Amino acid sequence: MSTHYDTPVSSTAEREAVIRSAGLAPEEDWVIVTRGIQRDYDMGGEVVHALRGVDLAIRRNEYVAIMGPSGSGKSTLMNLIGCLDTPTAGEYWLNGMLVSDMSDDELARVRNREIGFVFQTFNLLPRATALHNVELPLVYAGIPSQERKRRATAALERVQLGDRAHHRPNELSGGQRQRVAIARALVNEPAILLADEPTGNLDSGTSAEIMRVFESLATEGQTVIMVTHEADIAANARRIVVLRDGRISSDERRDTFAARVALAQAAH
Amino acid sequence: MSFLEAIRLALSQIRAHKLKSFFTLLGVTIGVMFLIAVVAVINGMGRYMEEEFAGKLMGVNTFTLRHRPYFEMNTTDEEWRSYARRQRIMRHDVEPVVAALPPDILWAIESRDNIPVSTKDMRPRDVEAFAVDGQFFEIRSLNAASGRLIAPHEFAMGAKVVVIGQDVKKRFFPTTEALGRELRIGGVPYRIIGVMEEQGSVFGLSVDKFVVAPMNSPMARLLNRRFGVIDGIILKSNSMLGMQEGMERVRQVMRGRHKLRPSQPDDFSIETTESALTFWAKIENILVMAGVVLPALGLLVGAIVIMNIMLVAVAQRTREIGIRKSLGARRRDILSQFLVEAATLSTIGAAFGILLGMGLAAIVEQASPMPASVAPWSVVTAVILGAGVGIVSGMYPAARAARLDPIVALRQEL
Repeated sequence: MSTHYDTPVSSTAEREAVIRSAGLAPEEDWVIVTRGIQRDYDMGGEVVHALRGVDLAIRRNEYVAIMGPSGSGKSTLMNLIGCLDTPTAGEYWLNGMLVSDMSDDELARVRNREIGFVFQTFNLLPRATALHNVELPLVYAGIPSQERKRRATAALERVQLGDRAHHRPNELSGGQRQRVAIARALVNEPAILLADEPTGNLDSGTSAEIMRVFESLATEGQTVIMVTHEADIAANARRIVVLRDGRISSDERRDTFAARVALAQAAH
Repeated sequence: MSFLEAIRLALSQIRAHKLKSFFTLLGVTIGVMFLIAVVAVINGMGRYMEEEFAGKLMGVNTFTLRHRPYFEMNTTDEEWRSYARRQRIMRHDVEPVVAALPPDILWAIESRDNIPVSTKDMRPRDVEAFAVDGQFFEIRSLNAASGRLIAPHEFAMGAKVVVIGQDVKKRFFPTTEALGRELRIGGVPYRIIGVMEEQGSVFGLSVDKFVVAPMNSPMARLLNRRFGVIDGIILKSNSMLGMQEGMERVRQVMRGRHKLRPSQPDDFSIETTESALTFWAKIENILVMAGVVLPALGLLVGAIVIMNIMLVAVAQRTREIGIRKSLGARRRDILSQFLVEAATLSTIGAAFGILLGMGLAAIVEQASPMPASVAPWSVVTAVILGAGVGIVSGMYPAARAARLDPIVALRQEL
């Protein structure tokens, strides 16, 4: 998937230099590269370091879970990856663009085209139908109405909700609402699907259903990044990054992670 | 997001909150309603002045020579004193004035006042009494409904005959024939020789409550005590150009007769329907200004209400703003969404106001003698004002919405 931008925000050479300095191979297809990103909050004169220098690189087609206890900085990292916020220091490259220096409106454009959000609380517009909710990102992308309808319908069908297009969120079950949100996240064909506790408001049966949707998306080649504090949900991903005190404390493939968890449990 | 998209969104918001929207609109609706209605009444009166009043009371291409202006506003005490000192127009002024004009010009002289008249069996009532000579009836387009007009020999002899208006007939002879009967004016009996056609009314005041007698009759002394004094000379030309030339000639003749030096101003006044209309235009301006205050207050209240409602809406919809921003809405998308919503709201209010204002104007027209005619410019102004009020009062709330941090907005509890 190539970017839709007319002009690149920064040069490829710059990006390659950053990737090299991170000890990565520039020829590989890196969707996300962060270099020493920090995020400080000024809480009434006292500076809180939410992120203390995070280096994270994610390839296209990866299915990554970001874990960590509350206060570990995973929400902050998600906001940064989701381009809802910019780092205090460090660089963030998304799909070949240097996002960390962007203005508000540029960030909005990146969110619109590169990122599909799935939230814990679904965040659907309550008065709008499922179809209209899914259309929203296309509205802000300036896609004409007919084309929007067509693409939104296709996205709903992709999550098996083609027959619920004209239902409002309160007429849908929790799992269906989350699937509408997934359809909305996918409708602009984003570089990454970014899910924040996607099963936090769902029962275990529905959680499994949503995880199956993620699994099939990942299999189809969609890059998925999921922020969660639940180990069994994170275990669905193929790579698990654990944050602690604003830094990455571990970054492992699922099998090794599962083995370590099993060992830890056996030790107790 | 396109403009149409924003309007559609605004309309769906308004539909979703019908009652709230209704109260939001109220201020603008009332303001615009009064704007339309007040302007319609003033405009209607203006048109009426031109079409009816000017023709009925003055006549086209007609001008009047008087010692002081008849249609004037804001006369100072000093001016009044100077008018009182002026020479009056006299009967012996008539011949030289008429002689200076082309022969096809119509002339008449009049003296007029409100005086009581009575019959043998009816108590006296005030009527507008005219003592006239010349072609008074032709100039004023007065025709007899029954009987006849005053004949030349009656003018010459000062015969004690009168023609009366419809109101006078109805008042004194409600059931009986008026022709040939006696009307007492200043204790002197006059024979009624004609009843005039109905003239209708001007501003709801009947213009049919009049009697007309020859200038040479004893009635003239009741209207102007000094012998030979008349109120004015009425002159009617058959064209606009003739009228203007006639006015200038009359001016020169009168200046000569009053022995004015070139440096001295006229000590008489020559008025046309234009003077009446100029007089009206002055009143109209004052009315328009007064009429604008009321709608302005309504619109101000409307603006404050809209601003408040929009601030509440922004607070209530913080989460929605966060969602939209997370999906790629830029600041200007959010700004325009709320601006368009406020503008749509108040434009709808203005549209209702226009309809209600038209209705109000129609009611005023039906219920009162005042005419009303909705001015196109007031409708355009109302629409622009409506949208403008919305944009101005929506600016601050919309800017607040646009500035919201998406992370904070998304965190808001529903």
